[in-house]
Amino acid sequence: MKPFRYERAENVSGAVATLARERTGEFLAGGTNLVDLMKLDIMQPDVLVDVRRLTSGEIEDLPDGGLRIGAAVTNSDLAADARVRSRYPVLSQALLSGASGQLRNLATTGGNLLQRTRCAYFYDTTTPCNKREPGTGCSALQGCNSGHAILGASPHCVATHPSDMAVAMTALDAVVRTRGPAGEREIPISDLYRLPGQEPERDTTLEHAELITAVDLPPLEFSPNSRYRKVRERASYAFALVSVAAALRVRDGVVLDTRIALGGVAHKPWRARKAEDVLRGAPAVQESFRAAADAELADAAPLRDNAYKVPLAVNVMTRTLLDLPESR
Amino acid sequence: MTTITERRAIGAPLDRRDGPQKVTGTAPYAYEYRFDDPLYLFPVQSDVARGRVSRIDASAAEALPGVVAVLTHENAPRLADTSDTELAILQAGDVAFRGQYVAAVVAETLEIARYAASLVRVSCDEEPHDVELRADRDDLYAPEMLNTGDPTDTVQGNFDREFATAAVTLDQTYTTPMEHHNPMEPHTTVALWDGSDLTLYASTQGAHQMRAMLAQVLGLGQDRVRIVAPYVGGAFGSKNLHGNTILAALAAQVVGGRPVKFALTRQQMFSGVGYRSPTIQRIRLGADSGGRLTAICHDVIGQTAKMKGFAEHAAVPTRTMYASQSRRTTHRLAALDVPVPTWMRAPGEAPGMFALESAMDEMAINCGLDPVEFRIRNEPEIDPETGLPYSSRNLVTCLLEGARRFGWADRDPHPSARQDGRWQIGTGVASSTFPVVRFPGSVARISYLGDGRFLVVIDAADIGTGAWTTLAQIAADALQADVEDIDLRIGDTRLPEASVAAGSSGTTSWGSAIFEAARTFRDSYGDSPSEGDQAEATMPENPNASNYAMHAFGACFAEARVDADTGEVRIPRMTGVFAAGKIINPKTARSQFIGGMTWGLSMALHEESLVDPRFGHVVNHDFASYHIPANADSGQFDIAWIDEEDPYVNPMGSKGIGEIGIVGTAAAIASAVYHATGIRVRDLPITPAKLLH
Repeated sequence: MKPFRYERAENVSGAVATLARERTGEFLAGGTNLVDLMKLDIMQPDVLVDVRRLTSGEIEDLPDGGLRIGAAVTNSDLAADARVRSRYPVLSQALLSGASGQLRNLATTGGNLLQRTRCAYFYDTTTPCNKREPGTGCSALQGCNSGHAILGASPHCVATHPSDMAVAMTALDAVVRTRGPAGEREIPISDLYRLPGQEPERDTTLEHAELITAVDLPPLEFSPNSRYRKVRERASYAFALVSVAAALRVRDGVVLDTRIALGGVAHKPWRARKAEDVLRGAPAVQESFRAAADAELADAAPLRDNAYKVPLAVNVMTRTLLDLPESR
Repeated sequence: MTTITERRAIGAPLDRRDGPQKVTGTAPYAYEYRFDDPLYLFPVQSDVARGRVSRIDASAAEALPGVVAVLTHENAPRLADTSDTELAILQAGDVAFRGQYVAAVVAETLEIARYAASLVRVSCDEEPHDVELRADRDDLYAPEMLNTGDPTDTVQGNFDREFATAAVTLDQTYTTPMEHHNPMEPHTTVALWDGSDLTLYASTQGAHQMRAMLAQVLGLGQDRVRIVAPYVGGAFGSKNLHGNTILAALAAQVVGGRPVKFALTRQQMFSGVGYRSPTIQRIRLGADSGGRLTAICHDVIGQTAKMKGFAEHAAVPTRTMYASQSRRTTHRLAALDVPVPTWMRAPGEAPGMFALESAMDEMAINCGLDPVEFRIRNEPEIDPETGLPYSSRNLVTCLLEGARRFGWADRDPHPSARQDGRWQIGTGVASSTFPVVRFPGSVARISYLGDGRFLVVIDAADIGTGAWTTLAQIAADALQADVEDIDLRIGDTRLPEASVAAGSSGTTSWGSAIFEAARTFRDSYGDSPSEGDQAEATMPENPNASNYAMHAFGACFAEARVDADTGEVRIPRMTGVFAAGKIINPKTARSQFIGGMTWGLSMALHEESLVDPRFGHVVNHDFASYHIPANADSGQFDIAWIDEEDPYVNPMGSKGIGEIGIVGTAAAIASAVYHATGIRVRDLPITPAKLLH
C-alpha cells in the first residue's frame, strides 16, 4: 500500500475544497471497498478525505411522497427502514442480498454507488486492465469472463458493476444529489453511470472532488409491488451472476406500467427500457414477460464464458415479473 | 495385538479441551506470539510463468525508511541442499512458475514491507510457458509411482476382452478442476535466528517433519532448529514445508537477532503452497445382465510441475471398491510451468471417487438397478487389490442404514419428475472409502505428576481436528485414569517425535504410541507409581498389517434442489453414515464428518481455480471469486456411524475420520442433480451455467 495522507474537514464544502486541491485523492466513507483496493495497489490516492460524519445519516420524507437518503446512511439501516420496506421493497431486498451483515453495517449509501468492478483482472496489478491502467488492454476480453458483461460492453472493457443497491435504485429512477467544486447537481442515476466506451477508467460521470450527499427516491405509485431477485452460485455472500429489480402495475390483466433494471450484465446497472416498452399495454402473462425479456436481450453479445447469462437474464426477468403479487 | 478393553473416556462426547482458549483468543497461533522488536517480511513474486530474472532494482525499496533488508537471489544466504527445487528459494534467477518468490523485503512494519515490496523492480527474460492440462497432449508420462507409494498402473484379468463382451457398458470422462486449500489461518511463520540456532513459530501439520527437511535445506543440525506449533488454524495438506517457511528462515538469518514475521495474504495462498491437481478421468465399466461388474477401467490424467513430480492417486480407490473379474487402472501426468501440486484433503480419493461413484450411478441406471442395490451386488468378499480379507468392511451396512435414515426406499428412479414450485428436486447416493493410514516413528512419553495426574507429551499437531481432546481420552483409558488427570502437551519439536497430521492417521499413529507408552509405564510401575516415574515408547509395528486390508467405508445421501429458471443448486439435506472403527469422541467426530461433507459440497458446487493460460496464474485468487460454501449453503446434516469393532487396526480400534466425509459427497450431489434435472454434470463444479438450457 502506498503511503497516503488522511484529512478531515468541518463540513461538506470543506471536504470538497480539500480534495479539489489534490491531484489524486478519494473521499473515504465506509471504506469497505476502497481500503481493499488500496492494499492491493489498485487505487493509490495521495490523500483520503474522511466524509463519514459529514453527510446526512438520516432518511427523510420528501413532500412529494418520495424519500431522501443521506449519503452516510448505512446499507443495514437503509434496508431496515420501515418506509423503504413498505414503499420500496425492491430496494430493501437488494441491499439485504448484498455483502454480509458486517459489511452492510459499515458500508454507506454513497459508497455503495461507487463500488468498483469485481473483475479479477482489475484486481490484479500483474495483468493488463484498461480500467486500472488505461491503454494496457483488457485481459478479460479473451480471458476468464464468465462473470462479465453481455450488454453495452466495448472492446476496451467488459467489466460489470457489482452493486445490488444501485440496480434497485436504477429501476426506481433515483436521483443522486452531489456537491462539487462547481456547486450542487442532481443527477438521474442512469446518467451517473456510464458505459465503458473508450474510457473504461471512468466508472461514473462524477467530476474530481464531487461528493454524493444524498439519493432521492421519487414517489412511484406501484413501487410497493416490486421485488429484487439475485442469482448467484452460492446462497449468500456472492456477487450476482444476474439480478433483476422490477416493479409492476397491472389493471384488469393488462400491464399499465413497469420499471425493470438488470444487474451483473453491464458496466452499469442496466435499465431495461426495451422490455418496459414491450410490456406497457401487454397482457400480464408469462408470454408477454418473456417477449419483453427477449427484446431486452436481443442485443446481448456474450463472451467466451458467459453465454449462459443470456437465457439466465431472460428467465429471471420473466420469473421475477410473474412472481410479483399483481401478476397473480 | 493388545487392545484397550475398558473404554471409559474413549467414546465419550467430551467438549474440546482447547475450546475455551480458542473462543477467548488465548490459544496462540504462530503469528500471534508477541515480541518486543519484530520485523515483517513481504515477498515479491514473479509476474512471468517461465524465464530468468535479468535485473533487480531494489534501490527505491532500500531507500525507504524502515526497510531493513531486501533479499534477492543475488544476496540471499546459500542453502546447503537445493535438490528439492521447490524449496530452493532465492538461490538462482530461474523462474519456474508465475508467483514464484523472486525477492523479499524485511522492514520495521508490515505496511513498510508491503509498500517497499511494490517498489522492487524485477526484470525478467520471459520464455514461452505451458500451463494447460489437456487429455490430447502428446507428452503425458507415467510417473514411477504414485504419491502414496502405490504402483502407477495395475492390471487384473483381461479388461479389454471383458469390456468388449459385457452385456451392459459405460464409457465416460469426468473432470475435476484445480482446487486450492485455504485454511482460515494462512501460512504464517515467525523466525528467530540467534546466530547459531533457529526457532520457528510456524503453522504446520508436522513440526518434526518440517524441522527435518528445513534443517537439511539450511545445513543445520536438527538440534539447532526448534519449531513451535501447538495451535494450527487448519492445514488440509497444505502446511508442510513450502517456500514461505524457507523464505522466513533466510530472512531471519540475514537480520539475525530479531524475529521475522511472515503471513501470506489470501492472494498469496494461490501460488506456492500447493493445490489439488486437476484431473481428467476416463471410466469404463462392463457388467453382466444381472448387474455384476465384469470390467472396470479407470484412467487418470493429472498435472505436476516441471520442477518436481507429484502424482495424484485418483484411481487408487477403484482398486479396492468393487468386485470384478477384470480391472485396469492407470495414471499419467503432464509436467507444466506451474507451482507444485500437493496433498489436499482426501487426495486421490476425493477426485477419484467423484468419477468412480458418478460412473456407478450411471451404470446402475444402464443396468436398470437402484444405485444402492447395484453397489451391494458388487460388494467384494475380499480386497480385490491385495486378495487379503478386510479387517472390517461395512459398506453395505452404511448404504442400508443411510437409505433407511434418508428415506430412500420409495425413490422414483426417473429423473426430473419432482418439483416444489420452481425447484426441481432429486436425490443421489455414493459410497465413500479411505484407507487406514499408519505412519511410523511416533514416540510418546508419560510421566507421573503425583496425585493421580499424568503428563503425556508427543509432538502431535492439532490442525483443528480435536487431537488435543482425543489423545487425552486415549491416554486416560490406556492409563486407567480420568481425562481430567491427563496433562497433554503437543506441537513442539522439543517433545518426542510424532508423525505428520495427514492421511487421517493422527489418532492411529499417535494414539498407538501413547497406548504403548502407557503399557510400558504400567508394566514398569504398576498401579501405584511414584511422582517422577516416566516411560517412553515408540509406536510398534502392527502385526496385522500384512494380513488384512484396512479401510474405512461410508455412504453419502444427498437431496438437491435446482431452480428451473436459474440453475441455482441448493443442498437442503445430506445423510452420511460411516463405518470407521471405534469413534473416540462422538462430538468432535461429528464435527469432522460435517466438515468433510461440507468440503465435498464445496467441491461439488463451488471450488474451481481458474487458470489463464496466457499468464499462467490463478485468476480468481481471493474469496470474492474463489467460492467455498457460506452457512446458507450448508443444509441439514444427518450424521451417523455404525458400531464397528475392528480388533486389527490399532489398540483403540479406530480408523481415521478426517477425510472420509468428503469422499462420496460430490458424486452423491452430482447424482442428485441428475435425478432432479436429467442433466448429468461430469465436470466439476456444478454451476448454474452448466444447468441452463
